[in-house]
Amino acid sequence: MNNLAKLADYFATYPFVRYAFVVGLLIALCASLLGVTLVLKRFSFIGDGLSHVAFGAMAVAAVTGLTNKMIIVLPVTVLSAILLLRTGQNTKIKGDAAVAMISVGALAVGYMLMNVFPSSSNITGDVCSTLFGSTSILTLRKSDVALCVVMAVIVLLMFLLFYHKIFAVTFDESFAQASGINANGYNLLIAVITSMIIVLAMNLVGSLLISALIIFPALSAMRLFRSFRSVIICSAVISVICAGAGIILSILFSTPVGSTIVVSDMAVFFLFSLIARCKGGRHA
Amino acid sequence: MGVQITCKNAALGYENRIVAENLNFSVSAGDYLCILGENGSGKSTLVKALLGLKPQVSGEIVCAHQGIGYLPQQTVVQKDFPASVREIVRSGCLGKTGLRPFYTKDEKALAAQMMEQLGITKLEKCCYRDLSGGQQQRVLLARALCAAKNMLLLDEPVTGLDPRAQTELYEQIAALNKNGITVIMVSHDIAAAVKYASHILQIGKKKQLFFGTAAEYQSSKIGQTFLATGGAEDE
Repeated sequence: MNNLAKLADYFATYPFVRYAFVVGLLIALCASLLGVTLVLKRFSFIGDGLSHVAFGAMAVAAVTGLTNKMIIVLPVTVLSAILLLRTGQNTKIKGDAAVAMISVGALAVGYMLMNVFPSSSNITGDVCSTLFGSTSILTLRKSDVALCVVMAVIVLLMFLLFYHKIFAVTFDESFAQASGINANGYNLLIAVITSMIIVLAMNLVGSLLISALIIFPALSAMRLFRSFRSVIICSAVISVICAGAGIILSILFSTPVGSTIVVSDMAVFFLFSLIARCKGGRHA
Repeated sequence: MGVQITCKNAALGYENRIVAENLNFSVSAGDYLCILGENGSGKSTLVKALLGLKPQVSGEIVCAHQGIGYLPQQTVVQKDFPASVREIVRSGCLGKTGLRPFYTKDEKALAAQMMEQLGITKLEKCCYRDLSGGQQQRVLLARALCAAKNMLLLDEPVTGLDPRAQTELYEQIAALNKNGITVIMVSHDIAAAVKYASHILQIGKKKQLFFGTAAEYQSSKIGQTFLATGGAEDE
């Protein structure tokens, strides 16, 4: 197989390809785990909103010429996550509008800043790569990889240790609170970790496509599986496989990494929907 | 037959907006108390206070918050939630797990026993969203029983059920009460309240309208008025 040989060659020769692969799989895994909770709690849009906030913060970081953009991007995104969650608790519509407002606002401010204070000659390229993560995953340094591994370990540990509590808080917040679980605390934890995943995932798929990593695997898994545990496991497996396939395909056919991953996630979603329909289950 | 809840001159609500005040009632072990009241009369705030989620503004509420099995109103989120019956019932044991990340054998056995008691053992592996409304309420009731030491707090449990499922659920709850579990139910259904409950607490706009046994309620003026009108909301 010519393609396989080519792939093996890439992996052996270029460390950044290996880095991209590891980081891609880890981010996909974390995003899908959180995705199930976010989708079920009707928080899908928070991922979208936060990613736009991250874009805006990224623009500010670029304009100020910081070498380590994470210093600005991470705290700003985490802070917005907490804020969004706060407003979301009072009334549903207000929270909804707040997400839309913050997300569009951050997008506009970010793009404006990038244009008014251009940090490089190729603004369109900069914007495009922040939005769609076109090449940055191939420029990962060792420290980025280490950060990703640490994050992934944190998310996985959180899921293993608090699995039942996360289930309870997702399924029924009032009951969870009544039985002495700090539901707001867990919501906060989920929001903070979501925003960290989003910041990391910007390298992989860019800020516009992050939501796809979060929601598609969860939605696909929900087509076919009927218990919380199986949905979570299936969602993680789908996400990792799609991310792996997406990265490999993008190397072989020189397509953009982010969109290739998202397209393969979509393909799985349609496949699963089709299977669910054929099985004749009760699905929307 | 110890007193489990005492509420003396309690006022509920927020700093600047009192929802209900001068609440005086008590609940003894084995009682079946029905809390009646129109929308906005502070029923849900009272529920939160009894659960210890929102402290009273003034007055006194003595109540062991832990060990109340709570059956909240259904939320939109739950309607298409992919979770098996077993997962949901077991989550009733979470109050006991603390930081332990798994369930013990005893907790699993307790969940199994509660499913057996409510006749949903054969649904154990079914998905919650595929169940009928009555079955869903049984699942949540089993979960509440796992959390309950000796008291159940049910928030409008029959809402959205068809008449037959309503009767079945009422009978189920009455049976649990006969086995010695204290039941507190928030309800709109005055006829059922009088039929099943031992005590009635009625709250109106900002104040307590009645507290006493179901028999007293039926012979009281306010009880007769409400029974005659079927507890119409505009009353």
